[in-house]
Amino acid sequence: MELNKLTAHELIQKLNSKEITAKDIFSALDNRIKEIDHKVKAYVRAEKDTNSTEATGIPVSIKDNISTNGYRTECCSKILEGFIPPYDATVIKKIKESGHSFLGLKLNMDEFAFGSSTENSFFGPTHNPWDLSCVPGGSSGGSAAAVAADEAIWAIGSDTGGSIRQPASFCGVVGLKPTYGRVSRFGLIAFASSLDQIGPLTKDVHDSALLSNIISGYDSNDSTSINTTVPDYTKSLINDVKGIKVGIPKEYFVEGLDPEVKSSLQEAIETLKKLGAQFKEISLPHTEYAVPVYYIIATAEASSNLARFDAVQYGFRADSANLIDMYKKTRSQGFGDEAKRRILLGTFALSHGYYDAYYLRALKVRTLIKRDFDNVFKDFDCIITPTSPTAAFKIGEKTDDPLKMYLSDIYTISANLAGIPAISLPCGLTKRGLPVGLQILSKHFNEELLLRVAYTYEQNTQWHKNKPKL
Amino acid sequence: MSYEVVIGLEVHLQLNTKTKAFCGCSTEFGKEPNSQVCPVCLGFPGSLPVFNRAVLDSAIKVALSLNCKIQEYTKFDRKNYFYPDLPKNYQISQYDLPLSNNGYLDIDIEGITKRIGITRVHMEEDAGKLIHQEDGTLVDFNRTGIPLLEIVSEPDISSPLEAHEYLSTLKNIIQYLDVSDCDMEKGSLRCDANISLRKKGVKTFGTKAELKNMNSFKGVKDALTYEIERQSALLDSGEIIIQETRLWDPKTSKTVPMRTKEGAKDYRYFPEPDLPPFIIKEDKINEIRRSIPELPKEKIVRFVKDYGLSEYDAKIIVSNKRDAQFAEECFKAYTNTDKKALVNWFIGPLLSEANNRNLTLANLNIPTKDLLELVSFVERDEISHLCAKSVLTEMIDSRKSASIIIKEKNLIQISDTSALKSILEEVIKENPKSVADYKAGKANALMFLVGQLMRKSKGKANPKTVQELLKERLESA
Repeated sequence: MELNKLTAHELIQKLNSKEITAKDIFSALDNRIKEIDHKVKAYVRAEKDTNSTEATGIPVSIKDNISTNGYRTECCSKILEGFIPPYDATVIKKIKESGHSFLGLKLNMDEFAFGSSTENSFFGPTHNPWDLSCVPGGSSGGSAAAVAADEAIWAIGSDTGGSIRQPASFCGVVGLKPTYGRVSRFGLIAFASSLDQIGPLTKDVHDSALLSNIISGYDSNDSTSINTTVPDYTKSLINDVKGIKVGIPKEYFVEGLDPEVKSSLQEAIETLKKLGAQFKEISLPHTEYAVPVYYIIATAEASSNLARFDAVQYGFRADSANLIDMYKKTRSQGFGDEAKRRILLGTFALSHGYYDAYYLRALKVRTLIKRDFDNVFKDFDCIITPTSPTAAFKIGEKTDDPLKMYLSDIYTISANLAGIPAISLPCGLTKRGLPVGLQILSKHFNEELLLRVAYTYEQNTQWHKNKPKL
Repeated sequence: MSYEVVIGLEVHLQLNTKTKAFCGCSTEFGKEPNSQVCPVCLGFPGSLPVFNRAVLDSAIKVALSLNCKIQEYTKFDRKNYFYPDLPKNYQISQYDLPLSNNGYLDIDIEGITKRIGITRVHMEEDAGKLIHQEDGTLVDFNRTGIPLLEIVSEPDISSPLEAHEYLSTLKNIIQYLDVSDCDMEKGSLRCDANISLRKKGVKTFGTKAELKNMNSFKGVKDALTYEIERQSALLDSGEIIIQETRLWDPKTSKTVPMRTKEGAKDYRYFPEPDLPPFIIKEDKINEIRRSIPELPKEKIVRFVKDYGLSEYDAKIIVSNKRDAQFAEECFKAYTNTDKKALVNWFIGPLLSEANNRNLTLANLNIPTKDLLELVSFVERDEISHLCAKSVLTEMIDSRKSASIIIKEKNLIQISDTSALKSILEEVIKENPKSVADYKAGKANALMFLVGQLMRKSKGKANPKTVQELLKERLESA
């Protein structure tokens, strides 16, 4: 039996019945990584850093922007070269406390989570297991690809504008972005502090609920985490959507939506209808502003968050003659193009004379976007949309056109701006055999409903059972 | 030409909370460099700030004492700039919604009260310290993240003297609140000054200079005085004042332009996304208001009223919180209704002992009961006032009580006439000329004879008794 192909909940049963050991799981993964990761390139430093001596429970593979005590955490950027945090992120602590382990399995990502394709990694791109010439999505592309390729049982990613959901959709796995404040951000190297949220990428909805149980909860080290009780999410694994009211936002079914994605989604809606869910068209009138608002707020926060990478204390330091020279050379050589682009955009948006027109305006529109959702959730339990307008695109296809790249997050960004939870799960395959994702959104702290609708859909379809042929 | 001087002061005050503003590190001064740091105050990636609520309490205390309005809704902002003593390259500060604003501070200028407006009091974090060495610059991050209050005055200050008085009054209040050491040398109180001149009667402000690097109140006063001269001279000769930051150099007693940075500063303030805005409830404000102790202004009034101090004397004693506490303890324990005698001890011998030793009254460490005991010896006429002063010195030096010193040194005055009479006879015998002088009507001669007798008694004779005895003896014989 190839243990690496199983889900976490299946493996937990086997562990509990003493059929297998944690080391067995690790070696199955280790073999798989050796077998295929040279093609997928989901991991960074896997050969060097993995360590089975601490194997316990199910190993969790971790995106490279989450601090792991004693293990390099570089955000796939040259500027953090060699940085080893002297602390674990709160999610890592929680994973360890729950009896599972992190074994040095660090996953590739777009540098500082800036991107939608994992092409912006200092270590080079990750390849989509369904078609190695395609991107896995991003920025948690390594997380999604590793889970899809059975070289991770489950993984942790981060989502600032779709960075868990879009790659989950591209790789045919389940990705959940929890409510802002549900999971501690302590130890997550910040991209945009008001949007970032850590979440699970898993092979099915059951594992998503399990991993959510582990990582959720208030943390006194994160002032933006919310002190409310966390439900047992496995209790939401109910195969029933009768009477659930679903809104379909008309603004999401417009130009740019790939016809194949559109028809997959329509089929999914039909399936859920047959299972008793009630659908109605709704409007989220400020949708068209989501992308511009996002790229102002996210880059503004990023420009400030990334200011600390100055070579004074840690990371890469360029040879330099004096302080200013050190700043300039280190940051010129240490950051990739997309990081520089976003730092410049954000610096501009916050500059004197532009602040009111850009940043302040963006904050106001963000409030309107939130209000759109609040209004809908007065009458609806959830909203269903495509996760991304297209399936995975080719490596290199959009690298020269940042705006085109930014639009691949058009359906996922709003959830971050509003702070609401959202999940992506597989709902089809294109003719070329690439996965298509379905996104479900609900109101703050209603992950339970997302899981219930997703679980019901999954139990009544076969998409999650498809595996890439590698 | 003479100009009207316009000064606004910006004070940075380190709060004496046990831990830093956004992490659990100690704030203790003078520790090994980089020994009081953690990932949060070092700005390590992934770390997040958590606001120390004790900072808020202290800040509200100060703001209320400066008659400021506390904002119900307040938030932190990021002030972005690159500097190696700032590990995140942004400072957590407050920008458009500061904790408090619209306050004032009354200062006393030669007996006249002047009200100086307080624009705002806000909270922020301190930066680290650069240590320049020959082969490079080192950074000590111990200070990074220590809570600061920024107290900004309106441009209501019209002279270096007023600036000095503003700072002393402010420092005095802060010390009473016990929220900061207020030590300019240690850097727990820092002051920058904005100063401009304008012709009398002109309404608009002149171009200002920002003065930095003053390490004492005197430095502030001197820098402002220098700057008035400099700007006056420029204006007199028709030149233009450049808006710039100037550094005070105490060695040359001059201000010099700071190396100018490229372009105007743009701090790109924006709301700190890691710290949610917060609401300060009325209850909280009232609770803190109730915890504010009696402040110097009220204490001076009360000391004048209750203990009969002059306003001048009260001001001296009240200018130090612990001195005032010590004085009041003594005043209360002193059973005489008229406190004048004890008050005179404070502003006389005690104060000069303190000044001689460069200590405060309280730091003389004289137990209340010992001081009162000493005073009672004088009041019972058992020792002379002169003798008591040297006993006081001895008390401070040896930590012995007055009664022990007096006993050990056998200082009790000889008022017993029979004991004195034999010495008196000796003196008369030894000084026939003075005796004759006195008898011839030279009154001064009596004082000389008293002096001789005092010397023979080693200062123990009661001078009053001696004088009476001598007179009696010389006039009868």
